[in-house]
Amino acid sequence: MTPGVRSVVRGLGLPILASLFAIVIGAIVVAAIGFNPITVYGSLLSGAFGNLFSIGATLSGAVPLILIGLGIAIAFKAGVFNIGAEGQYWVGAIASVWVSYHFTGLPGWLHIILALVAGMLAGAVWGGVIPGLAKAYVGAHEVITTMMMSYIGILLAQYMIEEPNAPMRQPGYIPESPMIPNNVQLPFLPMKAFVQSQLSIGIFIALIAAVVVWLLLQKTTFGFQIRTVGYNQRAAKYAGVHVAWYTILALGMSGLFAGLAGGVQMLGVAHQLNDSFASQYGYTAIVVALLARNNPFGCIIAGIFFAALSTGGQTMQQFSGVPASLTDVLTGLVVFFVAAEQLIPEIRAWFRRNKDRRRIAGVQEGGKTA
Amino acid sequence: MGDFLSVTELTKAFPGVLANDHINLTLHRGEVHAILGENGAGKSTLMKLIYGLYEPDSGEILLEGNPVHFHSPRDAIHAGIGMVHQHFMLIPALTVADNVVLGDEPGHIRYDRKQAEEKVRSLSNQYKLTVDATAKVGDLSVGLQQRVEILKAFYRKAKLLILDEPTALLTPQETEELFSIIRHLRDEGIPILFISHKLDEVRAVANRVTVMRAGKTVATLSVAGTTSQQLANLMVGRDVVLRIEKQPQQRGSVLLDIRNLEVQDKDKHPRVRGVSFQVHAGEVFGLAGIDGNGQFELVDAIAGLLNVFRGSVWFDGQNITRLSPGARTATGIAYVPQDRQVEGLVLNFDLVENLMLRDFRRRPFSRNGWLSRQAAVKYANDLIQRFDIRPPDALRKAADLSGGNQQKVILAREVARDPKLLIVAQPTRGLDVGAIEGIHRQLLHLRDLGKAILLVSLELDEIMSLSDRIGVIHSGVLQDIVDAKTVTREKIGLLMTGSRSDEGARILSSDIQEVRKP
Repeated sequence: MTPGVRSVVRGLGLPILASLFAIVIGAIVVAAIGFNPITVYGSLLSGAFGNLFSIGATLSGAVPLILIGLGIAIAFKAGVFNIGAEGQYWVGAIASVWVSYHFTGLPGWLHIILALVAGMLAGAVWGGVIPGLAKAYVGAHEVITTMMMSYIGILLAQYMIEEPNAPMRQPGYIPESPMIPNNVQLPFLPMKAFVQSQLSIGIFIALIAAVVVWLLLQKTTFGFQIRTVGYNQRAAKYAGVHVAWYTILALGMSGLFAGLAGGVQMLGVAHQLNDSFASQYGYTAIVVALLARNNPFGCIIAGIFFAALSTGGQTMQQFSGVPASLTDVLTGLVVFFVAAEQLIPEIRAWFRRNKDRRRIAGVQEGGKTA
Repeated sequence: MGDFLSVTELTKAFPGVLANDHINLTLHRGEVHAILGENGAGKSTLMKLIYGLYEPDSGEILLEGNPVHFHSPRDAIHAGIGMVHQHFMLIPALTVADNVVLGDEPGHIRYDRKQAEEKVRSLSNQYKLTVDATAKVGDLSVGLQQRVEILKAFYRKAKLLILDEPTALLTPQETEELFSIIRHLRDEGIPILFISHKLDEVRAVANRVTVMRAGKTVATLSVAGTTSQQLANLMVGRDVVLRIEKQPQQRGSVLLDIRNLEVQDKDKHPRVRGVSFQVHAGEVFGLAGIDGNGQFELVDAIAGLLNVFRGSVWFDGQNITRLSPGARTATGIAYVPQDRQVEGLVLNFDLVENLMLRDFRRRPFSRNGWLSRQAAVKYANDLIQRFDIRPPDALRKAADLSGGNQQKVILAREVARDPKLLIVAQPTRGLDVGAIEGIHRQLLHLRDLGKAILLVSLELDEIMSLSDRIGVIHSGVLQDIVDAKTVTREKIGLLMTGSRSDEGARILSSDIQEVRKP
């Protein structure tokens, strides 16, 4: 193996091990409350990937997770923690929806691009520019500011449609915005099962975004500076990087992807702003970035993994009777094992020591009897 | 029997290296025994074997004539071995007494702090380790913290003390105090193993010395009959030049012109106060001073890492006071910062990325914002070969390299750009004799090529042997600029304390002499 391949394998090893540990302990929990782990995991798996419809639903659910996860990974790479992606997502959603049902004279493709760009900019301002400036110039910690801005963003989205005279509210009794016109919606993939499961071409946007983020981080001077700032701010300054500026940029990029996720979700799935503010994508995506260890391609896999837990969880509840919240337990366990990065090598070393001790003990006993 | 500890044919292998290869060592009662060797010679492994952190593959350790097998440091402590690590293991928020007794507290369920303080006080009297038992460890100087570590060892009834590179973090004064403590302990009959790679210190404090090289014990000598040169040669395995002969100076025009510079730190305290000097092409300008007197802030300001509060920096006829660090690099200023791990390198980056760290914006490393990895790898491999960086693997992370090789990476990066001015801060800190020689040669070679070199070092010997002119800084003020050929170390020492009185001169020169030549 070349060193490059080896480092990739090592990079993958930990997340896979963490997920495996989580699944094994999850099985113990399932068994402990009196169910058969194999049936339970079987129904989870078939619920997530059992047929084209469920695959479509899983991939559709993965789109926002991948996009937001990519953004959070960029922030992590620069050494900052964007905890407020949920709000950036909603602000992006507001902007995209608003642009979508205005400017109706535009051709569809241009209108789509415009709507998504509006969402991206809104997310970037919300997540990056405001907390970024606050951090760079007055030292406000981004964990606090992004989270506070996040609440404002979520509540702003509610305000837009909640009251009868709210700015974006459609006349009527239901709190929702006008529908996005057909030609501004992202088309579904052309198969019946995918149309039913609402899998839009947003999945390709997510995949392309992953490639773009990878190129950006690894192949450009922009990414080089982001990574330098993330690893060592003093060395970054010494290298001539404008540290404050790149912190703002990293948070901005982070919000940009969360805003894009909001736009893609609105244009591809929801088609309007409605009262569904409990998506939690922005929080789950933190776990996606963690599990992916900030690798853009890892974000794709991790995004699908968590989306599968969520879609599979519903089926699991129906068929095996285990509450769908077991998937929350699994998520928690994954986070635990990824966060406890040092734990896994420790466990490995412990096993190895134990083996040595048994071997030595065996030798000594052998010596005595002889 | 005079042998307190004896180690015979001790061997320890790690995957790929024989860290200790049939080591033999005897330690008499009442002697200070130095283990001298370059970084990576196996000193630390040997100590860890004696201290029970590792178990030997073969060989034997005899303590007071009896073979011992330690499975953990706890066994070693129990047997009476005390060790003070290079990096202290203290809890800053607790008091001295708390730290000393931690893990073996007096009192039963209720911790008896009074008794702990009493015990610590009597220990500190017995061993002349003066330190306030009730002080918070976080408030103590590094030298005093070290005493707490030594007290910890004696509280656990150590009969033998191992000191691992104990002077690495100390000031010259603290070093001298430590040495008098060591001498006192020796006179009390406590054998001491003193690990070091510094020749002067070994000669100052040890009775006997065992030299290690590449995992083997090369020789055990009595210090009295040896010279530094002999020890250096044994340590490196070839003839080392301790003091390089300089070529006559070819001084050129003024390159760097500092005018009335004032620099403040983050808390708006003035650190550099009205400093003016010039550095010419083809000269080494040494900046001497006791640590914390503004010398590092001064060079940070010249490199653009700290803002100039007042005054100006001129380089090659151009006012660069307001230029960014990156722009200053582009004008031909290279900078080797004092802390190679915190500032000079990104430890998580590989050598390719570290070697282009300050030049990634320009070709061939990038083009219109796109990095060219291939060109960078080629460049890195070229520098690794030219500067003999080991291991010669460009994809290795900087964190995996030894201190000397990390320094070579920084120097290679800065020198390869062919700068007009090279600023070097503490270029040889923590390096061993062989590496120091290489870096000194490199600096003098650059001087002979007509570069201007601004050298900041806390090692007076280094300043004196390399510089053409020496500026001495004290509490942010440049006291004087002297000619390195004619000045005495006493004169510089005097300027370093900021006093010109005869009394100051006497105290300081005797201090220095004691440290350097026992």
